[in-house]
Amino acid sequence: MIYTVSRLMGACAVAALSTAAAAETLTIATVNNGDMIRMQGYTDDFTEKTGHTVEWVTLEENVLRQRVTTDISTKGGAFDIMTIGMYETPIWGANGWLVPLDGLSAEYNVDDILPAMRGGLSHDGTLYAAPFYGESSMVMYRTDLMEAAGMEMPKAPTWDFIREAAAAMTDRDNEINGICLRGKAGWGEGGAFITVTANSFGARWFDEDWNAQFDQPEWANALKFFVGMMEESGPPGYATNGFNENLSLFQQGKCGMWIDATVAASFVTNPDDSTVADKVGFALAPDTGLGKRSNWLWAWALAIPAGTQKADAAKEFIEWATSTGYIELVAANEGWANVPPGARQSLYDNPEYQKVPFAQMTLDSINAANPNEPTVKPVPYVGVQFVAIPEFAGIATEVSQEFSAVYAGQQSVEEALEKAQALTNDAMEAAGYR
Amino acid sequence: MATQQSRSAARLMMAPAVILLLGWMLVPLTMTLWFSFRKYLPLRGGDLGWAGFDNYTRFIGSSSFWPSVQATLVIVGGVLIITVVLGIILALLLDQPMWGQGIVRILVIAPFFVMPTVSALVWKNMFMDPVNGLFAYVWKFFGAAPVEWLSQASMQSIIMIVSWQWLPFATLILLTAVQSLDSEQLEAAEMDGASFLSRFWYLILPHLARAITIVVLIQTIFLLSIFAEIFVTTGGAFGTKTLSYLIFQRVLESQNVGLGSAGGVYAIILANIVAIFLMRIVGKNLDA
Amino acid sequence: MARAVTNNRKALNTAIAWSIGLLIFFPILWTILTSFKTEAQAISNPPVFLFFDWTLENYAVVQERSNYMRFLWNSVFIAGGSTVLGLIIAVPAAWSMAFVPSKRTKDILLWMLSTKMLPAVGVLYPIYLLFIKLGLLDTRIGLTIVLMLINLPIIVWMLYTYFKEIPGEILEAARMDGASLSKEIIYVLTPMAIPGIASTLLLNFILAWNEAFWTLNLTAAKAAPLTAFIASYSSPEGLFYAKLSAASTMAIAPILIMGWFSQKQLVRGLTFGAVK
Repeated sequence: MIYTVSRLMGACAVAALSTAAAAETLTIATVNNGDMIRMQGYTDDFTEKTGHTVEWVTLEENVLRQRVTTDISTKGGAFDIMTIGMYETPIWGANGWLVPLDGLSAEYNVDDILPAMRGGLSHDGTLYAAPFYGESSMVMYRTDLMEAAGMEMPKAPTWDFIREAAAAMTDRDNEINGICLRGKAGWGEGGAFITVTANSFGARWFDEDWNAQFDQPEWANALKFFVGMMEESGPPGYATNGFNENLSLFQQGKCGMWIDATVAASFVTNPDDSTVADKVGFALAPDTGLGKRSNWLWAWALAIPAGTQKADAAKEFIEWATSTGYIELVAANEGWANVPPGARQSLYDNPEYQKVPFAQMTLDSINAANPNEPTVKPVPYVGVQFVAIPEFAGIATEVSQEFSAVYAGQQSVEEALEKAQALTNDAMEAAGYR
Repeated sequence: MATQQSRSAARLMMAPAVILLLGWMLVPLTMTLWFSFRKYLPLRGGDLGWAGFDNYTRFIGSSSFWPSVQATLVIVGGVLIITVVLGIILALLLDQPMWGQGIVRILVIAPFFVMPTVSALVWKNMFMDPVNGLFAYVWKFFGAAPVEWLSQASMQSIIMIVSWQWLPFATLILLTAVQSLDSEQLEAAEMDGASFLSRFWYLILPHLARAITIVVLIQTIFLLSIFAEIFVTTGGAFGTKTLSYLIFQRVLESQNVGLGSAGGVYAIILANIVAIFLMRIVGKNLDA
Repeated sequence: MARAVTNNRKALNTAIAWSIGLLIFFPILWTILTSFKTEAQAISNPPVFLFFDWTLENYAVVQERSNYMRFLWNSVFIAGGSTVLGLIIAVPAAWSMAFVPSKRTKDILLWMLSTKMLPAVGVLYPIYLLFIKLGLLDTRIGLTIVLMLINLPIIVWMLYTYFKEIPGEILEAARMDGASLSKEIIYVLTPMAIPGIASTLLLNFILAWNEAFWTLNLTAAKAAPLTAFIASYSSPEGLFYAKLSAASTMAIAPILIMGWFSQKQLVRGLTFGAVK
């Protein structure tokens, strides 16, 4: 019945708008992040404008990945639009699995999309997915605790400063941990964090001949530094903490510092959810003076699987959802701090948005990440916190499981690196790189 | 006793079930066997040709293989022991006269109605979380440091969650068996001065043997393939990677269907070894 | 003579059994309670048990975000359909195994059970490809068939054990009277087998309702049942215990209520031939 009703509504809309083609029902797979859930609330605006209706399939990140990857690699056709990231897009685009996003309307102004985002979502110069929001990572810290510790956060801190500040802010009796960081297994969770940390310590995943580099001293240095700092100042059980766990901790006022996705800034400064909303400062992700900061680059983007019958309607949706118009719609209803960030230059040129406390730092962080040159030493791959090859997700998940076992005190750094080295080379051999 | 006619009628009646299950077994099995000899990498363009026994040697040669077999057996064994032992105790207890027996029975069987994803989520977040979990509060209340359940006691935590889900099933089956105990015989033994332990050992346990067998058999089948509980709680980290989770990683995370299929064949072999082992012990009990 | 039980002993039994019962039930109770708290109360230290401001806010949020009734209807359809379909196929098979046993009957039964040992994750790609070919992806019919096949061995086995307990002489007598096979089943067998069939039905409905791998991986929007509904609340950004609890309560409430009403049937019937 619901189906019929939506069909009818669609039909009415078509009658009203002579420009719209046949009304379609789009099935969209998306992740259950705050910005996407907000978008679902505005679906009616899209239906009004185009006549098309939308069926949402909202899934938790891991389930979503599993679901859309199975569907696209078997050409299942269960979805008309998929929400994917910067890792999947170039690989799937190269396989010809995605509809190229060319011929977008002039009004959409594709050149307004931040160059870093466009680059990361393209293959051979063709855009395959449009960024809904983009992010880097940065330091979020409690200004009150920093002051109490008698320290001052520089705009671009070093890891040594972070470690010292974390130790000074830690107050175990009051459940305040100087620093909260991701330790959770999974390539997109703790795996991403330790990879960017290692980048800033001069480490890399592979040398130019695709040999794993876990036997090099840079990795051992990075991992030992991370474990040492977390033991001094991290929360209990950080080996199972991911983005979401740390967000809860920070919002409850249990963290002095948190280095994570720039999009978190709007959550920690939102007084409805955060007990520390008015005491948060921001800084660039730390470095060790080697020339690379430990910040990543990511976008959640909308892509159209090749083979869908509804490519035109799907394009209309993508133009709607990633347009400046949508950003203004959200800003008008919920304020500028809640618009999807990190996708368009015009947002950062907007004087209204420049008043948002984390706007400039987000843009600076995004611009500081370079997927084409992510490490101190040269590498054969593209990607900051990942390596854009199909095998990476599997390998990095297993490697990060070994690291999480270190964080939980179940094995030593040396043991973990030895296992990581062996299993990475193994998998690369199987895939024919070596 | 049965006539020729009724025999053929019987065959006819069995046919739909047998044919359907044969299809359900053979089609995926054949496809799995086929894929296991192929270099099938969906993200690199699909089926890339013959791979011989490469997938088989690689799957078993991985450092994760034997630990995963061990993890599977530990989880299955642990859950079986806990559910059978607690199930017997609960069944005996629920058989005693008491007030509100019906309600207690409902309380005890309730976990069976909770879907595995939900129970894993609830346990992980609301009980085992080392900061906001209820266990952490209890530990802190008694002045102890909260346990980091899912990393430091990962195996025990998963066994506990799964046991919680399956205890009702074991209890239900054992309870029906306990209820059919000959109470006069038990009373006679009690009069003769037999202690509870000896009554339990010589009268009750032998009577329950068949029910225990069935609990073990059915639960083993379900437990060998548990997945949601691990996916939600640890994601295979901290030594909780079972064989079916390892296959999941190979197929979906590494996107190597050939390798995963070879793993599937190993899993079938393991399941059959366990099954044969079970039949040996169980077979005698199962003859009706 | 019934055992004479002193009230003291009964009181002791009651106390122990209730404590254990409540302990086992506690996680569910806690989830239900948490679903009525605000997110801040859900993680408050010390935890609040009953004395908090009860709110329906979480249910409103969940209802606004997802179309609960559609997920619920899909779950009912898939679990109910697969159970009924399974019974239609399994009753004749179990009947013939129980009353016309052959040397191979036991082997067939064990073989049927062994089909359940194929790990689902290992055959995801084959089944997914098959579903695309047959056009069954994201359809209730497709899922109904898969869940029926998954549970069929259990259904056959349960029914077999019930049917075996029906004395053969009754059937012989019916046959002497010239009753046909179909009449034999309808008038003689069915009434005696109803309790067994009822508990088989219940158990399989529960198993199908709770199945979380195929129901999640073979659906998108149209056929997604409550297991997919839960997957959108499992780890969102920010505080989520209260909303997760509300979604969980909504996912398990229907089956929990059904289970409570039928628990007598389940307690009596779930024997798998364990009692002779």
